[in-house]
Amino acid sequence: MARLNINGQDREVDVDPDTPLLWVIREQLGLTGTKFACGVAQCGACTIHIDGIATRSCVMPVSAVAPEQKILTIEGLSPDGSHPLQKAWLAHEVPQCGYCQAGMIMAAAGLLQQNPNPSDEDINAEITNICRCGTYNRVRAAIKEAAADTTNAG
Amino acid sequence: MTIATNVSRRNFLIGSSAAMGGFVLGFHVPFTKEALAQTALPPEVNAWVVIKPDDTVVIRIARSEMGQGTLTGLAQLVAEELECDWSKVTTEYPTPGQNVARDRVWGNFSTGGSRGIRESHDYVRQGGAAARHMLVAAAAAEWDVTASECSVDKGVITHGASNRTTTYGAMAEAAAKQTPPGNVVLKDPKDWKIVGQPLPRLDTVEKLTGKQIYGTDLTFPGMLNAAVKACPHFGGKIASFDAAAVSSMPGVRKVVQLDDVTVGVIADTWWRAKTALDALPVTWDEGPNKDVSSASIAEMLKEGLEADDAFVLRNEGDVQTQFSGGGKVLSAVYAFPYQNHATMEPMNATALYTTERCEVWAPTQNGEASLAAAAEAAGLPIRQCDVHKVHLGGGFGRRGMQDYVRQAVQLAREVPGTHVKLIWSREEDMLHGAYHPTTQCKMTGALDAEGNLTALHMRISGQSILASVRPEAMQGGMDPVVFQGLTQNSPEGHLAYTIPNLRIDHAMRNPPVPPGFWRGVNLNQNAIYMECFLDELADAAGVDPLEFRRKLMVNHPKHLAVLNAAAEGIGWDKPAAEGVHRGLGQIMGFGSYVAAAAEVSVADGRMKIHRIVAATDPGHQVNPAQIERQVEGSFVYGLSAALYGECTIGNGRVEQENFDTYEVLRMAEMPEVETIIMPSGGFWGGVGEPTIAVAAPAVLNALFAATGKRIRMLPLKNHDLA
Ligand code: FES
Ligand code: FES
Repeated sequence: MARLNINGQDREVDVDPDTPLLWVIREQLGLTGTKFACGVAQCGACTIHIDGIATRSCVMPVSAVAPEQKILTIEGLSPDGSHPLQKAWLAHEVPQCGYCQAGMIMAAAGLLQQNPNPSDEDINAEITNICRCGTYNRVRAAIKEAAADTTNAG
Repeated sequence: MTIATNVSRRNFLIGSSAAMGGFVLGFHVPFTKEALAQTALPPEVNAWVVIKPDDTVVIRIARSEMGQGTLTGLAQLVAEELECDWSKVTTEYPTPGQNVARDRVWGNFSTGGSRGIRESHDYVRQGGAAARHMLVAAAAAEWDVTASECSVDKGVITHGASNRTTTYGAMAEAAAKQTPPGNVVLKDPKDWKIVGQPLPRLDTVEKLTGKQIYGTDLTFPGMLNAAVKACPHFGGKIASFDAAAVSSMPGVRKVVQLDDVTVGVIADTWWRAKTALDALPVTWDEGPNKDVSSASIAEMLKEGLEADDAFVLRNEGDVQTQFSGGGKVLSAVYAFPYQNHATMEPMNATALYTTERCEVWAPTQNGEASLAAAAEAAGLPIRQCDVHKVHLGGGFGRRGMQDYVRQAVQLAREVPGTHVKLIWSREEDMLHGAYHPTTQCKMTGALDAEGNLTALHMRISGQSILASVRPEAMQGGMDPVVFQGLTQNSPEGHLAYTIPNLRIDHAMRNPPVPPGFWRGVNLNQNAIYMECFLDELADAAGVDPLEFRRKLMVNHPKHLAVLNAAAEGIGWDKPAAEGVHRGLGQIMGFGSYVAAAAEVSVADGRMKIHRIVAATDPGHQVNPAQIERQVEGSFVYGLSAALYGECTIGNGRVEQENFDTYEVLRMAEMPEVETIIMPSGGFWGGVGEPTIAVAAPAVLNALFAATGKRIRMLPLKNHDLA
């Protein structure tokens, strides 16, 4: 039995302790916005936040997360798609197939949390997620727009 | 000749391959009176258009959305003729089973070859226009006036003379009872209001919140999950496995042998299925190809470069005489390795089987082929089966193959009455691709004393996709798809260059690695061979590469126009910034003319791509915003292959199993891309693929300008640039 705090809710799940957090999120908790694509921390499709830090959940065993640590998935990023990144993503129409996009947005949200005004180099260094459809330039533009948005608002 | 991408238009073979004993369905033109006649209840106005009482317009989309935006583009085409309110448009997929039951009213479901729009624009627009006629006729009948006195705008029908209006929603039910018009006149493109506009796509919002459901996300009450492992050695099979060793592991329901090559585990969750599968002791019979390696394949292809026998596409003039005629003769050998599609979403499908019925939920590029594969695997007639399509997490050609659908059904047969969701691991996906085939190419060219290209011989040696995937489409043993972009006059893609002595031929050499259509297909390497070698010739002639091409392109103004646009966009006639070098390339493919120009620099042995300008003439443009995205994405796909993409073979199997060894382009290397769309009208070209082909040549030619090195054996990662 594992206790997890996910998107602000405490949940108990009956699961083998070495199950990757990704699969607990998807299969036990039914939150399928977080995606499986490589399973070896290479692509970022499974990116979530643990205490605000962007984390690739496919290689993190559920037993490594303490009950009080706050797990955030794409479903919890905003109640209605109104996070500045989601708004910028919509304005730039970033997604193509969309499969990598939840991970991209979560990685970007992690970046902005650490660094509200990232340079191109910061973005290059931090957003190493794979997108096979090739949305990188629009991901970059949307991050910059969201950063400007947040900075202006703040 | 015409290239064989149109083979499926008549006597369409519905099946994942000829070998599986497909089901032949005659494909008549789907827009016929019978096809339009009502077999479903209102508010379906016709097969393409459903209008709800609240004026919501549901447009039916036969092709699959995999990121390319076809859902939005096809809806625009229907909506244009329907004259509905775009803000009220939604879409739905009819099922392949419904298509079969309704005499293929929706035509072809196959989504590949950048054909979604260019192959169906005519009949989907007719569908929209016919629905408009019926809606207006219904209103006219109610008002007892003639339809020609009524006008329509954004879903509101008006009879000006009597000042009456009504809406599509109010008329839908009556419209459905109207006789469909015998024939309809489509709008002149100059009157388009929705087509040609950069409208936002219809499927973005759900992709930002995690709500979009992909095949891997499906869930049903009581559903079980499965993981499979097929023998990684091509041509090999299972020697033995020890089911008892894992059958009592947590959650495991069944260890299943699907066929000679595949074993799977069904469990309560996917993670437990995969864990048990990883623990399952399996030994493989490596089969007849265990000594096949990248080196042995390269040898096989190399022999083909000089072989006497070859399939000849073009033989104009006499190249041999020119080559021995005393001018300058240049020769170079290029090679392009196997590539995996590597869609972000691994292969997956969910199936429910009973002895009476089989249903499948799948991300598929060809719903009808999925249906045929499901029926065959289920051992049931097609009418007792159906396939529900879900959006694809990438397709790129891989999801035209139906192996994963067949497997899902084989697994579901083990637990009748229970849904089974099969997801491949990334490793399974990497080891069981439908790989972009490998070829080598020997280019030989002759220059006269003035530096004119007098003769060119292009000898391609290597693998045919059709020979493996669709042998019935071969033409007398020749695979015409090998020659994409090189034909004399195919509207699919013809060569821009007029060369007095020209020979293009193919020595088919088929290694035992399963090939498939990989986004851009053979246009990709053909463009590299042709465009990089032309640069070599220009260099040998001491002529600017753009000028060298222009001289050969006088008979092909559309090719030249996109090349000029890309060159102008990059500033070809002005000096580049210090340390920055330029290259360009052009080709025609999938019915469109494309060109690219790139700027790169090299420092400490590392290349940086600064900027790319791309020009596209697709004839008509349906949604320029989506074309831009396809063009940008094409550079990621094409440059991933050029820089990194390589499935090597050892021991008769692929050696790369995940993204740590099969690297792809990421954000840090992504250049700026400027897209010029220059639709010249009068034809319909595809946009999802052609630009991929010019990505590598533009960059490789710029790299030569920067370093003096010709990279002829891809990928670039294997070369030292220092
Ligand atoms: S699925 Fe976790 S990084 Fe790829
Ligand atoms: S949008 Fe398809 S993989 Fe990124």
